[in-house]
Amino acid sequence: MSVLEDAQAMTSGEVSEFRGETTVVVPLAELKASLKKCRDAQGYEMLLDISSVDYLGEEPRFEMVYELATLDDSKHLRIKAKVAEDEDVPTASDLWKTANWHEREVYDMMGIKFAGHPQMERILMWEGYPYFPLRKDFPLAGKESNMPEVAFSGVAPLEGGPFVTSPGATREHGEPRARGES
Amino acid sequence: MVDANPNVSHTSYDSKIEGNIIITRVDAAINWMRKNSLWPMPMGLACCAIELMATASSRFDISRFGAEVMRFSPRQADVMIVAGTVTYKMALAVKRVWDQMPEPKWCIAMGACASSGGMYRSYAVLQGIDRLIPVDVYISGCPPRPEALIEGLLKLQRMIDKEQSFMAQKRVPVEA
Repeated sequence: MSVLEDAQAMTSGEVSEFRGETTVVVPLAELKASLKKCRDAQGYEMLLDISSVDYLGEEPRFEMVYELATLDDSKHLRIKAKVAEDEDVPTASDLWKTANWHEREVYDMMGIKFAGHPQMERILMWEGYPYFPLRKDFPLAGKESNMPEVAFSGVAPLEGGPFVTSPGATREHGEPRARGES
Repeated sequence: MVDANPNVSHTSYDSKIEGNIIITRVDAAINWMRKNSLWPMPMGLACCAIELMATASSRFDISRFGAEVMRFSPRQADVMIVAGTVTYKMALAVKRVWDQMPEPKWCIAMGACASSGGMYRSYAVLQGIDRLIPVDVYISGCPPRPEALIEGLLKLQRMIDKEQSFMAQKRVPVEA
């Protein structure tokens, strides 16, 4: 079966295809059942990645993205589910062990909590850091925080603009620098 | 003060007494010993650490300048080479290792990240290790070539040579 047929075989969810990549958007309530069905019935044995997107200003605000693959013929299926700010996502760590750390990263960076996760703690930032840095309302330069004896953070000087590369320029001008300064 | 002229030796040598006695000043002797046996504390945090390892290896051979004894215990180290990106999560650990080093001690900020945060203008990266500990030598580069690190080391040696080491036994600790 092709990926598209696999996706259509799922009982619910809205299927779309773009440049050979198939995506299914399911309601959050059916997310766990869909993942389990993909793994057990359709052969998507491998979880490649879990990520999340912040659509600030939209409702529901967040979206979970799961990248699945089959091991024998490398079929690739993407499953998405919208999540509101006050909702918890059911954990996938009992389906795939690798989901444990992926979900902790999503929690660390985006602040989405996972129900049933065995260890719902930060993985990159330190326990007690008060912000979720990948949210759209978090500034690029960072914010001040201080936990005595553990860690502190400050605001990075952006010097008039984000510190970015510019495409299509000469090598000298394309190097990372503050916009407006170079 | 030691004469800055490199042609003038710190010691005077009298051939009549065949090297049994060398006359010098305490400062010159102490500084000469210190600067030629700097034991580095390799604080390797990112890709600069690879260049630091290359500097220690045979091709560049930092032992030519007496700094080959990388000490992974801060209590045995003289100079901390901060090689790489200092994240806020790591920052207080670096400070703690620095505090454990005995006086006299020096610090080399190796590369753009350790000197100023480098290209990481970010919520996660300390914008220069000099916000936490005093730095004696900054080395530019991303990462610097081993020659640059050796030049930084030589600069530090020249600095040590001019120190009033007998009078200034202890530095004033810098508050973070």
